[in-house]
Amino acid sequence: MAQHKTLLRRLLVICALMFAFSFALVPLYSVFCKLTGINGKTSTNVAGAAAGIDSVREIKVEFLAKADHSIPWSFAPEVSQIRLHPGEVNVVNFRVENMTDEAMVGQAVPSVSPGEAAQYFKKMECFCFTRQPLQARESKLMRLQFYIDPALPKTFQTLTLSYTLFRINEQ
Amino acid sequence: MSDHKQILAGSYGTQHQPIPGGITRWLYSTNHKDIGTMYLVFALAMFFIGGSFAMVIRAELFKPGLQLVAPLFFNQMTTIHGLVMIFGAIMPAFVGLANWMLPLMIGAPDMALPRMNNWSFWLLPCAFIILLSTLFMEGGGPASGWTFYAPLSTTYSNDSTAFFVFAVHLLGVSSIMGAMNIIITIFNLRAPGMTWMKLPLFVWTWLITAFLLIAVMPVLAGTVTMVLTDKYFGTSFFSAAGGGDPVMFQHIFWFFGHPEVYIMILPAFGIISSIVPTFARKPLFGYTSMVIATASIAFLSFIVWAHHMFTTGMPLAAELFFMYTTMLIAVPTGVKVFNWVATMWRGAMTFEVPMMFALAFIVLFTIGGFSGLMLAMIPADFQYQDTYFVVAHFHYVLVTGALFSIIAATYYWLPKWTGVMYDELLGKWHFWCSLISVNLLFFPMHFVGLAGMPRRIPDYALQFSGFNAFISIGGFLFGLSQLIFLWVVIKAMAKKGEKASAQVWEGAEGLEWTLASPAPYHTFQSDD
Repeated sequence: MAQHKTLLRRLLVICALMFAFSFALVPLYSVFCKLTGINGKTSTNVAGAAAGIDSVREIKVEFLAKADHSIPWSFAPEVSQIRLHPGEVNVVNFRVENMTDEAMVGQAVPSVSPGEAAQYFKKMECFCFTRQPLQARESKLMRLQFYIDPALPKTFQTLTLSYTLFRINEQ
Repeated sequence: MSDHKQILAGSYGTQHQPIPGGITRWLYSTNHKDIGTMYLVFALAMFFIGGSFAMVIRAELFKPGLQLVAPLFFNQMTTIHGLVMIFGAIMPAFVGLANWMLPLMIGAPDMALPRMNNWSFWLLPCAFIILLSTLFMEGGGPASGWTFYAPLSTTYSNDSTAFFVFAVHLLGVSSIMGAMNIIITIFNLRAPGMTWMKLPLFVWTWLITAFLLIAVMPVLAGTVTMVLTDKYFGTSFFSAAGGGDPVMFQHIFWFFGHPEVYIMILPAFGIISSIVPTFARKPLFGYTSMVIATASIAFLSFIVWAHHMFTTGMPLAAELFFMYTTMLIAVPTGVKVFNWVATMWRGAMTFEVPMMFALAFIVLFTIGGFSGLMLAMIPADFQYQDTYFVVAHFHYVLVTGALFSIIAATYYWLPKWTGVMYDELLGKWHFWCSLISVNLLFFPMHFVGLAGMPRRIPDYALQFSGFNAFISIGGFLFGLSQLIFLWVVIKAMAKKGEKASAQVWEGAEGLEWTLASPAPYHTFQSDD
């Protein structure tokens, strides 16, 4: 019986560790994705100036904007795509309008596809860094200033930046 | 055999206390044979309940267009069919076989922790009452598929999620306790002389399965807990709106889900490795390589999970890694199949029902393995993903694989459990009806899947209607064929049949065949 208890205790420890491991996968997953930049999450830090301009290559950047079903705003980029050289700083405005009769706060979450290129998408200024409050029926232009890192591997010719706007419930 | 007899000397068959009567015999049972019987009867009942859900699915898909049930109910049927068959039929049946046979095979008086054994069984009916009761509630049961991908199970589910999560927690606790009991029994209660490399292969495969259960059931518990808190307590593990990631759900789920697949097939390998030598009248070919192959499959099962997610947009390096590790599994599995064939080579074979099901297992499981290899190829998988090809694949490995092995095991050990031979003629009818209908049912699914018919959808494009009518007829026939099995089991349990000898099968070897048939209520008791 005593040897049963020792073994049982060890097996229970394995169980507890595996249960903890399932939750540990959550931070591990985001650390892994951040290190490898594979899930398309761009940096939330303001980028400094580019090292230089690579005027040989031209990259096509496409823009997508979508409001989540939780927030009935209209949300669209002013241009759907541009072509630019890596290192060249560009500004694109996104028009957003609150279609409801109440004030709301939204926040845009960016995602870059292909995911491996996300780390080369450098934002100097972005509306996605902050929360965006809008009064009822208010509309405004939101500014994105960015460049593509000249270190972008040659395999990428087209990047797609997609924003999803989510509603933030403010207490 | 000779050392088996030595192990046994003067140690079995004595009845120390009377068998308790009435319902309390079952409610309070700590006897591994009674608990094993309860597990098996429960699994059989759930097999018919889960099967009736499958009949609803096939009836709806008999013709294109919406015929019998609403789409939401159809989704509930696919979800609950999967959950009931995996957690209610296949897994409890294997645990029941382990309960009955492990102590007899290793010469133990009972399971190591008999009260925990009772508890782990009785949690099962409770869990399934909770899960199945949702079907009768407003809004119905879970409809997100048995894989309950977020956000289907969080944002888009109804309150049955809470019942589902609690039921899965209970099932997990039950499985973990069952697995611990099995590990402790095998480690501590082997009869003197029963060394590790003398263990019957069924014991080995179950030992490894039990370790898989202990490693991954807590991960499943964690996953459903995250679903629960995402839905009800405002966390955002899987919601992008709060900084989470729905793709992470798939990673965590399949980290559990892939080892789970092997939990449902490793004990089957053990069963087939017991049956084939008996009816080939030759010892198992390559015992050591079988043990090593089982352990390798168990190890590999932890590093292949993302092959379920090739289309989620992983980097190429990760896709290649998971493709190669997945294909690597074919090596130990191939070792097993070749060992079974080599065991039969030049053996004096006879074809009783257990052997027929075992042979069908070897052929049909291998077909399921091959379609698995096709699915492992990344470029091909983009075509097969979420089609009926996948449905065909996992039903070949789970129905003609796991289920056929359980049926084979039932025929094989039924005389030992009941003391009478089952009805051989009915058994043969059961076998041929099942074999033909199961292939009518699942083989054409490969074709409609390759042609692009998606799974889990109650309607389909017109060009699939011929095959689907055919598949449905196969399904109904397969369902009806199992009633023969039910009749065979009831007949044997009612002790109608020829009296079975202790040995039962001419070529059978192992400790369980040295005991009288039926096995006495208490076996291998030490004289205390």
